[in-house]
Amino acid sequence: MGYPHAPHDKETVVLSRYFGDAEARTYDGWTKRGGYQALEQALGTDPQVVTDAVKASGLRGRGGAGFPAGVKWDFMPKQKSKPHYLCCNADESEPGTFKDREIMRWTPHALIEGCAITAHAIRAETVYVYIRGEFTEPIRIMQAALDEAYKRGVLGKNAMGTGVPIDVYIHRGAGAYICGEETALMNSIEGRRGNPRIRPPFPAAVGVFGMPTTINNVETLTSVLHIITHGAEWYKGLSLSNPKSTGTKLMSVCGHVARPGNYEITMGFPMQDLIYEMCGGMRQGRALKAVIPGGSSVPLLNREEAEGCVLDYEGVVAAGSMLGSGGMIVFDDSADLVYQMMRIAKFYAHESCAQCTQCREGTAWTVRILQKILAGQGEMQDIDLLLDLGEQMTGKTICVLSDSCAAPVGSAIKKFPLEFEAYIKGARRPVAALA
Amino acid sequence: MHETTAQEPVFTGERRERLVTILQRYPTKRAALLPALWMVQEAHGWISDGAMAEVAQVLDLTPAYVKGVVTFYTMYHQHPVGKYFIQVCTTTPCNICGAEKVAEAFLQATGCAELGATSPDGRFTVIEVECLGACGFATPVLINDDFIDGVTPEGVRELLARYP
Repeated sequence: MGYPHAPHDKETVVLSRYFGDAEARTYDGWTKRGGYQALEQALGTDPQVVTDAVKASGLRGRGGAGFPAGVKWDFMPKQKSKPHYLCCNADESEPGTFKDREIMRWTPHALIEGCAITAHAIRAETVYVYIRGEFTEPIRIMQAALDEAYKRGVLGKNAMGTGVPIDVYIHRGAGAYICGEETALMNSIEGRRGNPRIRPPFPAAVGVFGMPTTINNVETLTSVLHIITHGAEWYKGLSLSNPKSTGTKLMSVCGHVARPGNYEITMGFPMQDLIYEMCGGMRQGRALKAVIPGGSSVPLLNREEAEGCVLDYEGVVAAGSMLGSGGMIVFDDSADLVYQMMRIAKFYAHESCAQCTQCREGTAWTVRILQKILAGQGEMQDIDLLLDLGEQMTGKTICVLSDSCAAPVGSAIKKFPLEFEAYIKGARRPVAALA
Repeated sequence: MHETTAQEPVFTGERRERLVTILQRYPTKRAALLPALWMVQEAHGWISDGAMAEVAQVLDLTPAYVKGVVTFYTMYHQHPVGKYFIQVCTTTPCNICGAEKVAEAFLQATGCAELGATSPDGRFTVIEVECLGACGFATPVLINDDFIDGVTPEGVRELLARYP
């Protein structure tokens, strides 16, 4: 099941320290490892002090957008006139990303602790942990940990005996990638179709049930507890590159590497070392062709770009893509990028909520045009058509699902045009199943 | 379309109590819709029009509204499925590691005519699913609630032997 894998020497093991250690899943095991001390400390501190510490740490959202977590919390009303909510985004569905699953499977109490600290900071009394429906095992483990946390007085009307009420509930999704988009997630909690909402209003003003709400990713919330434990200065110090990217990041590496898995790096770590040292390089006899570095929604990097890429928010942008969720899909020279772009487009076409025309039609037509090319029936103008379509799909819709389909496809066409031309010009045998 | 045969009501006894507990977590009744639909599927294996009407009634919604939500989420079955519902991830990360061959092996071993179809003995339904979120451990498969990763075409028959 992937763990335990012994951490590599170059990993900075903070979030993943107890991955593979089944005892850490229990309340007793967690407290034996210092668990719930950060929560106790936070609950005895003014919420603003907790928020300021997270702001000072430089922690940025680990779900993909990279927005500074403390700044997001600061958008919440300071004077509480109605209920506040925290939503934990555990809808991890971005192809290439499988880090939140491991956090929940191995250290459920770390997530609960991070949720409770954050709830205190934003003055929320209710936390919904929105876990994707397919994550049956993480849901079971999280529920068992929550039951224990209630029994031991960590949560409830009198959390940790401090008189602060904090309730944490699991809300199970039912199969919809789009519910990882924060406004769709809130609609799904409310018992609605998971359509993203138009912003403004922003969730901190009008969120779930119309109340002030903060939504954070699992990895973000789990990082919070380490900031409280070790201090903002310590966290800020975890950076090999620049002060805008701090802390550790769980990189999910999958595809054609010898040892796929989750690797925890310090921000600013070279992608080259991650691929060739930690992951053991490419499979036997194969060479690196391309990497999609931040989950399938971001532009692809070719070999040179990938090998020179610094893994932090700015570094991946400089290389021509985005750090996103940190889900790296690695392709070797055996990969058919035309076929795989079709599969990526198919994913987005399947997951489009269909409320915006550019997305509903655009994702479906991207699949059809790519299938036509793969079937050996493409024309050179189809390439321009795909690029033009991609432009129409970018920056024009309520959320970025549409953009997320256009980005990888457009980058593959621009960086690997010969692969597309080979199908069109008959130099490559059509895919039989599509012909 | 499947005829809606008369099914036992879902929200009685223990399940009714569970629903009452769930309702306490939310400020609105509507918010209990996804959990309620999960309870229906757990009881009947799928969600019939009749069950949607029952959910609508207990949560003060309209049957049309409930259907609108059911049809949005892919994990809710609107038709009966096999005793074991098998979801094989074939999205890009697993795809480049050979996931389509795993899906093919499931079709052959179960006797399902095609993806989405149920085997003649009613035991299995096999579908391709978009990204199960275990990309580093290709190929992940969900059999009902059992999450199994690292499945290979060669391992399929042995795996299925655990699902009589």
